[in-house]
Amino acid sequence: MHDDGQASQPAPAIELKGIYKSFGSVKANKDISLEVAPGTIHGIIGENGAGKSTLMSILYGFYAADAGEIFINGKPTIISDTQAAIAAGIGMVFQHFKLVENFTVLENIILGAEEGALLKPSLAKARSLLAQLAEEYDMEVDPDALIEDLSVGFQQRVEILKALYREAEILILDEPTGVLTPAEADHLFRILKGLRDRGKTIILITHKLREIMEVTDTVSVMRRGEMTATVSTSETSPTALAEMMVGRKVLLRVDKAAPTIGEKVLEVEDLRVVDGRGVERVKGISFDIRAGEVLGIAGVAGNGQSELLEVLGGYALARGAIRLMGKPLPLSGPKAGGRARRASGVAHVPEDRQRAGLIMEFHAWENIAFGYHDTPEFTYGMMMDHIAMRGDAADKMQRFDVRPQLPHLRAKNFSGGNQQKIVVSREIERDLRLLLVGQPTRGVDIGAIEFIHQQIIALRDEGKAILLVSVELDEILALSDRILVMFDGQIMGERRPHETSEQELGLMMAGMIEGAA
Amino acid sequence: MPKWADILLIPILNLCLALIVSGLVVAYIGEPPIEAMGILIKGAIGSAYGWGYTLYYATNFIFTGLAVAVAFHARLFNIGGEGQALIGALGVALVCLAVPWPHWALALPVAILGGALFGAAWAAIPAYLQASRGSHIVITTIMFNFIASALIVYLLADVLKQPGNMSPETARFPEGARLPNAHDLLPWVGFPRSTPLNVSFLVAILACVAVWVLIWRTRLGYEIRAFGHQDRAALYAGISPQKIIMVTLLISGALAGLMALNAVMGEAERLQTDPIQGAGFVGIAVALMGRSHPFGVFLAALLFGILYQGGAELEFERPAITREMIVVIQALVILFTGALDNMARWPVERLFKVIQYKSSAE
Repeated sequence: MHDDGQASQPAPAIELKGIYKSFGSVKANKDISLEVAPGTIHGIIGENGAGKSTLMSILYGFYAADAGEIFINGKPTIISDTQAAIAAGIGMVFQHFKLVENFTVLENIILGAEEGALLKPSLAKARSLLAQLAEEYDMEVDPDALIEDLSVGFQQRVEILKALYREAEILILDEPTGVLTPAEADHLFRILKGLRDRGKTIILITHKLREIMEVTDTVSVMRRGEMTATVSTSETSPTALAEMMVGRKVLLRVDKAAPTIGEKVLEVEDLRVVDGRGVERVKGISFDIRAGEVLGIAGVAGNGQSELLEVLGGYALARGAIRLMGKPLPLSGPKAGGRARRASGVAHVPEDRQRAGLIMEFHAWENIAFGYHDTPEFTYGMMMDHIAMRGDAADKMQRFDVRPQLPHLRAKNFSGGNQQKIVVSREIERDLRLLLVGQPTRGVDIGAIEFIHQQIIALRDEGKAILLVSVELDEILALSDRILVMFDGQIMGERRPHETSEQELGLMMAGMIEGAA
Repeated sequence: MPKWADILLIPILNLCLALIVSGLVVAYIGEPPIEAMGILIKGAIGSAYGWGYTLYYATNFIFTGLAVAVAFHARLFNIGGEGQALIGALGVALVCLAVPWPHWALALPVAILGGALFGAAWAAIPAYLQASRGSHIVITTIMFNFIASALIVYLLADVLKQPGNMSPETARFPEGARLPNAHDLLPWVGFPRSTPLNVSFLVAILACVAVWVLIWRTRLGYEIRAFGHQDRAALYAGISPQKIIMVTLLISGALAGLMALNAVMGEAERLQTDPIQGAGFVGIAVALMGRSHPFGVFLAALLFGILYQGGAELEFERPAITREMIVVIQALVILFTGALDNMARWPVERLFKVIQYKSSAE
């Protein structure tokens, strides 16, 4: 165990007092106060929309707080922009890396911190400093490698080095494990612990309870824009944290009966997808799904799962064959669109609800018809039937407990979980045979995860076929009746959830072993 | 920030800022700014004569503004209103000259069809190139403006010119294709006999209503807005991007083409080489200022009508304020209401936030 420095009571590395921030009528941060002791890993956990990201954006100078004070190492500090944050010794590692893909590691590290008009002296200085940092923190990385050639785990390491190069004493990591395999995540945690032991202060934002328990010293819970609790990690439990996040007891496991498997619903044969740049993203995969089962597709993001969903949903081009109930579905031409897929009984909860599943600028009641807006249910002739749309929205929002229950609110003003509930409520009550679900609980709070999982299992029990794509292994293991692992556009193997483990799946996700299908 | 502040307060603030800066410019050249402003406003709306011209210009701008606004909803930037209106003018002229029309009420619907079809046809080529080849319409539509202009000059000089006429223009339209003006329709109001304001103004108002219905009430409008907000989501929903791009730009071109009803059929009564007079470009400013909403477009078109007519009066009354100076004032209004929109928005947002805090703290 390390010494958390409570005895000598040094000034907190970060102290926030009475931070307020609102966007329009949404109060994202309400009277937030937080103290982070130096040399600790401090977790911030909370449902999506609880205000974690907003708070960190204020700390990193993206937003100005409406009210409140920030103290860094005991000194009142005004963080007007990111330059000020960097000057105050704060570094941030974003969920989506901010790296130039076709630059080398070294070039990325000095980007924005070049000294003088010529690059050479800066690069030389960075090279020696990088070697020093790599040794000190055990973070080997080839300074001359191109970013695009590095794995995601190494890219993240470059982000951390970038912050350290700028002499960050405080590191903020926003959902850092979302794109990592379990092994890469473990490595990241070792690095973070190493940084802490050398006196750095780390703030870890996550929605994964397991990570909080594994790596943090202290954890703060946010709920609905407020900081509801700060506790020592050793004195709490995942169940207690989940309860604090949601404000009520939650089930962390999914209860489900054994599946009743029916006939083949979907058959996929030698499916190949080539993207706009000519890269083959799906490399000849074949599988089938039967009625009454959940087929889970595990894999690190970007291994062809998104393309697979898009092809099945009818809006990406592919070669090969897909059959629904024995009948071939067209892969190109006017009969292949999303509209035709819906008509044949394929519903789709897309991976990216903010850019595909919803129109963020549309009202909730407009979104409730999205994709079904040309069905007689919502139209009369060429006109939209606004009364039917509003009625349907009010009804579904009530039954699926979408909050706030205001059909005229725009989609962008709902939290992630409630946005997802709008999509799910729209898709699952159709006359469907196959449900495609991509990352159903990404950015969704625990309370809503529980609800969405129950809905998926209920559909399966009704005899629908379900294709579940998720990067969360927990979710795949909890929901699936069979699991396929995708790596580099191929299927690495098939497993049954009770006959496999996270470790084995993790290795397959990294392309390590060839499983027997 | 409340909605009324967004749609009313900020444009008005921007307008005031533009007028203050204009006043400074006017003062700089040694003219009294307040008096100049008085002449401008009085010239535009101080008499039936002024109103006649103001609303005539506004009619042009409503059509071209709606054209740009409809395309904006699909996130398409149609800057070819100028060319589409010009080709629309050709359509209107051909309709008017084709038949010895017995009455304007018969000629008008056919002319509407002619203007809309020709305008849409001119938009169709850039639309097709955008939809199927991805050629950016900002590039293609502006090039089509020049092609349209050259085409009309050729047609007027070589094909449509009346024998014996010295200028490049068609014959005068037959009497039965003459649209009644405000003097004919409302003799008691006191519009002079030659007022350019004509029955097309009513067509423009109908077009505003029709665009509102299209965008917010029809299935097509729903798809256009969905595509404009997020094209990936539109694909997911099964909305064909090619179809939306084509249809939206055809509608946009048709609206631009309708401008010719006012300028050619209603006013000039013949086709000349430049009946559009830059209204296609003013339409962009009108759509921006009107936030792509038909009612906003109407108000913005009215404002620009006032600036045009009042500007002409000011130029006449104070020779020191030249045509160029009027253009500067118009440009300042476009600059402040269009380009610098966020400048006033930020402090106003802050202000409302402070008020909100004060009231929530109590």
